[in-house]
Amino acid sequence: MKKYILDLTVTANEHLREGYALLRLTDSRPLPPMLPGQFAELKVDGSETTFLRRPISINYVDEEKNEVWFLIHEVGDGTRKLGALGAGDKLNVVLPLGNGFTLPASPDEKVLLVGGGVGTAPLLYLGKRMAEAGNRLAFLLGGRSAGDLMQLELFRTLGDVYITTEDGSEGEKGFVTQHSVLRDGPRFDRIATCGPKPMMMAVARYAKAERIVCEVSLENMMACGLGACLCCVENTTDGHVCVCKEGPVFNTDRLLWQI
Amino acid sequence: MADLSVNIGGLELKNPVMTASGTFGYGLEFADFVNLEDIGGIIVKGTTLKPREGNPYPRMAETAQGMLNCVGLQNKGVDYFCEHIYPQIKDIRTNMIVNVSGSCCEDYAECAARIGELERIPAIELNISCPNVKQGGMAFGVTAEGASAVVRAVREAYKKTLIVKLSPNVTDIAGIARSVEDAGADAVSLINTLMGMAVDIEKRRPVLSIATGGLSGPAVKPVALRMVWQVAKAVKIPVVGLGGIMNARDAVEFLLAGASAVEIGTANFIDPAVTVKVARGIDEYLERHGCRSVREIIGALEE
Repeated sequence: MKKYILDLTVTANEHLREGYALLRLTDSRPLPPMLPGQFAELKVDGSETTFLRRPISINYVDEEKNEVWFLIHEVGDGTRKLGALGAGDKLNVVLPLGNGFTLPASPDEKVLLVGGGVGTAPLLYLGKRMAEAGNRLAFLLGGRSAGDLMQLELFRTLGDVYITTEDGSEGEKGFVTQHSVLRDGPRFDRIATCGPKPMMMAVARYAKAERIVCEVSLENMMACGLGACLCCVENTTDGHVCVCKEGPVFNTDRLLWQI
Repeated sequence: MADLSVNIGGLELKNPVMTASGTFGYGLEFADFVNLEDIGGIIVKGTTLKPREGNPYPRMAETAQGMLNCVGLQNKGVDYFCEHIYPQIKDIRTNMIVNVSGSCCEDYAECAARIGELERIPAIELNISCPNVKQGGMAFGVTAEGASAVVRAVREAYKKTLIVKLSPNVTDIAGIARSVEDAGADAVSLINTLMGMAVDIEKRRPVLSIATGGLSGPAVKPVALRMVWQVAKAVKIPVVGLGGIMNARDAVEFLLAGASAVEIGTANFIDPAVTVKVARGIDEYLERHGCRSVREIIGALEE
């Protein structure tokens, strides 16, 4: 897919909770095609400590409004600068980067989308595209407590939503892999997951045991985002490959995870 | 428009802007952002005789005004390059230059000889300065004897333009440059990365998998500029300057300090279209100063 360097304009910045900014951006021209699971490299201006762009997954694409959304977890100075942008501000982005999740071959495939924390972000756009294709979707979303869960109302417009929290403040108490839907629900044909690595590994372990196709989205530390610098490599059945170019989405069969 | 062409040891560049090895892939990765033929030369990824998996992840740490990397020369080897990469890049109408590395003189020479057979590769850049591999690489570049030995071996095996990339991790870079010149190099490029380190205080561990890595980006520019200035006065062969160049102003600083051309590295990660902007900016500088050719400002520092 052709990649672009664009100066987008912020239409809105909404803090969904403390430290999590939802940036909505538009362009005077139609935004290029983007696939769910792909990401963008966002340029950070005015930071003394942040030098490189920040790779952020595509949270949602609203074709009608010509908007792309990014959910920014403010963890350092760079992401805090991004989270401080306001309506009308410009943001230089390089997109779309990497490869997205595999879309089901048939609308009959039952898909489970498992997200944890800010890792739920790419699942919203993925869910949208899968729902448009007619797939029956189940979202299994986890957090430490109820306040960690974001964009739930939007997920609920796309499919069934199952929730776990570690403190039991919403949904079932425990980790996503302990949710009863995995035991009592329908058999899923495909799993897509994004979140903390221990969570994705647990999901991958479940998928392997149940022989369900499983794709995960990795977020290794990146510099270029284009497959040039070879910094973000993951060890795979094909040796070291760039997460930015060959991923960030990988079928777990290709990874050398001990699961 | 001013005349931007320069000659680097027999190699004609349409403008003095090249890309630094390991920061621009094989050029193809950036084809959506720039017209590759508008770049004076593209120096592709470090290539070795045998495939190398490189160092384990993590390989990168962001630092103030720069970054550390310890990629460790990951590449699929010269055979793969000749069979699979070369056919994809040979028709790009600019100087496609291969960065060659190795762990002993014989490997360097054999790899260079293989590249020498490729009609559309007019030059190699010999990497005797990689700080991230245990054997070879920088080990050759930190002594005049080591540098001289490997350049002699390669010169014997390679007849086209030979650029030798120098390590800044030395006491007397001018002395190393002179030994490389005496051994038959057509040009030198400098600087490779400065050896550095980053620490994760929560884990109480080094950030990088092999503890140390090479520092690049604007943080190293003053060091690079000083070394280019020293080397340009010490040798007769052309000097290619690199180290933290982010824009045309930085590039002009290197040209004034004595570089005949520049390489852009880490800046490609911040702005994938920076190379052509730098070339354009150099032209604007020349116009502003009434210069008809970029060659008028090479080494034109008034002291």
